[in-house]
Amino acid sequence: MNSLVIKDLHANVAGTEIIRGLSLEIESGKVHAVMGPNGSGKSTLAKVLGGHPDYEVTGGEVLMDGEDIMGLEPDERARKGLFIAFQYPMEIPGVSNANFLRSAVQARLPEGETLDATEYYARLYQKMDLLEIDRKFTARSVNEGFSGGEKKRNEILQLAMLEPRYAILDETDSGLDIDALKIVANGVNSLRGPGLGVLLITHYQRLLDYIIPDVVHVMVKGRIVRTGGKDLALELEEKGYDWIKDELEEPAAV
Amino acid sequence: MPTDTTIDFDRSVGDFVYPESHEYDAGTGLTSDTVNYIVDVKGEPEWIREFRLKALDTFEARPMPTHWASHDLDAINFDKIRYYLANGQRPTRSWDEVPDDVKRTFERLGIPEQERKFLAGVEAQFDSEAVYSNIKKAVGEQGVIFTGSTEGLKQHPEIFRKWFGKVIPTGDNKFSALNSAVFSGGSFIYVPPGVKVKHPLQAYFRINAENFGQFERTLIIADEGSEVMYMEGCTAPKFETATLHSAVVELVAMKGAKIQYVTVQNWSANVFNLVTKRAIAHEEAEVKWIDCNIGSRLTMKYPGVVLKGRKARGEVLSIALASNGQHQDTGAKMIHAADETTSNIISKSISVGTGRATYRGLVHVPRHLKHCKNNTECDALLINSQSRTDTYPAITVRGTGNATQHEASVSQVSAEQIFYMQQRGLTEGQAMSLSVNGFVNDLVRQFPMEYSVELKRLIDLEMEGSVG
Repeated sequence: MNSLVIKDLHANVAGTEIIRGLSLEIESGKVHAVMGPNGSGKSTLAKVLGGHPDYEVTGGEVLMDGEDIMGLEPDERARKGLFIAFQYPMEIPGVSNANFLRSAVQARLPEGETLDATEYYARLYQKMDLLEIDRKFTARSVNEGFSGGEKKRNEILQLAMLEPRYAILDETDSGLDIDALKIVANGVNSLRGPGLGVLLITHYQRLLDYIIPDVVHVMVKGRIVRTGGKDLALELEEKGYDWIKDELEEPAAV
Repeated sequence: MPTDTTIDFDRSVGDFVYPESHEYDAGTGLTSDTVNYIVDVKGEPEWIREFRLKALDTFEARPMPTHWASHDLDAINFDKIRYYLANGQRPTRSWDEVPDDVKRTFERLGIPEQERKFLAGVEAQFDSEAVYSNIKKAVGEQGVIFTGSTEGLKQHPEIFRKWFGKVIPTGDNKFSALNSAVFSGGSFIYVPPGVKVKHPLQAYFRINAENFGQFERTLIIADEGSEVMYMEGCTAPKFETATLHSAVVELVAMKGAKIQYVTVQNWSANVFNLVTKRAIAHEEAEVKWIDCNIGSRLTMKYPGVVLKGRKARGEVLSIALASNGQHQDTGAKMIHAADETTSNIISKSISVGTGRATYRGLVHVPRHLKHCKNNTECDALLINSQSRTDTYPAITVRGTGNATQHEASVSQVSAEQIFYMQQRGLTEGQAMSLSVNGFVNDLVRQFPMEYSVELKRLIDLEMEGSVG
């Protein structure tokens, strides 16, 4: 069975340990959600998996379909099938969305092979329609002057075009109004299937009303402290994170 | 990742040398003997000998301009430079007559097959003598003269002498004096009144001898109401010792004429590229310099337009890319000398690693003129914190009816942007290249198609070479 396995991961940023022995397994075809209070290290997890140079991995391993990816450059991990939809997507002035995506798709082709432009645009337009993105969008610079919602939709468009094996969606729901949230969720749901494992990182349960997870994890202080079904998210929504925190305090005192 | 600051660029495209056989060689060092040797070998008239010898005196009398320019200039050893070299090959007329090794060079430079048809109107300079000059039939029939500077001064003295050294006098600066003393190669173009040259006239040239200074001299005259575009591109092979390139380019746009001069340069990292380029625009004439500088150890180049006639228009669009260890000192000069003249300067510079970009601008509008306009925009992009960029705009706009507008910006490609692009599967080099291309994109759109493609390719090569 293919899966993305995170084993006892430890990572520092600027000398402080943020990820403290985190273990998780995302099977291909499944949607996992990681929920947690602010400062629990959720976004750090996404960046560490992506290979961001500011984060230092001090222990553990991450296996993508059996292959350890922690020694790889960020772009190598990406080309092997790891995708991160960022909480704050970067702007790239002067580079059009069409051109950027085209470069990214081209980067995945074998050496010497060139992308079929007609086929590329046909596929791009199809995915844009799915996400209700206007055609004029292709000529605009990547994320420049985009609203929060447009940026998030763009991340999902890239996800759809790049067809990764594992996708990590970092707070994709933040900054989205309910209509945009539905469009984004619809896009993600349409990509669900046996070839894709998804890790949804979110603070709120709201997103999980639209993208129903198979498994829900709760992350506190750099570790997964609880794992359950989709009902766990509802329980969290109802009782708040303090409920988990309180529970954690007790065994800690033993 | 290696942190070596003296990164050696991947110049696989420019890094090759073919066997040379120099039948004419003036030796190293510069004296009046060198100048006399050049005149004799080229069989030039006496007035040129006088012109050259006088220029040599001026060159020797002038100090290095290091009171304002880079002290790196002091590294040039004029005694070790070879001032004249020719393959003994006369300019040829048809593609078949072009030597095979020259054709191979064109191939290596990646000039597409399609574009080679344009080469019908090409002047390609190998070493200091033009080896290939094929005037496109149609152009010749229109009465256009397109030839080398030596042929120009010998065969068309009545036109050549009238303008030669008039736009840029010998004493303009130390390097224009040097060029005037030892020039060889370069183009001479005359476009008769009313003639609109359809195809751009192109010149590809390269330096192909170690320790060899190249001093080409170009003079373009567009007579009343005519139009011409000239394209110049160079890549140079890699050498171990410093190489000096010091060209002089003079343009004359008569009443209502239009000249566009396009340059894409990619010198190897040991070349001193010290070029003087200036145009005179008469009444209602338009001159546009498009100038892209990539590579070289030090480039100093400030294309200028003297707006001499009413309603004349001058424009400089420039891109400079300074990688590790390189210094691009570029800019523009606009001298308004008539009413209702307009000028536009857009300069974009990119500094990578220890690369340094300097913008120097000069805009001059005297008090007595009316309704003159200038627009100046300088944008700098920094890639990593070691990069340096300086802007020295000198804008003197006097009088009440004149207007100027000046904008400058500095931006940086952040590590977060690079990470974002890498996460989409692009290598670090590709990510940097994409950012740089994005930065220059709006300017490049105004370039001729084939040049924007070539420029993109050069930026890709340069950025791939600048990461570990």
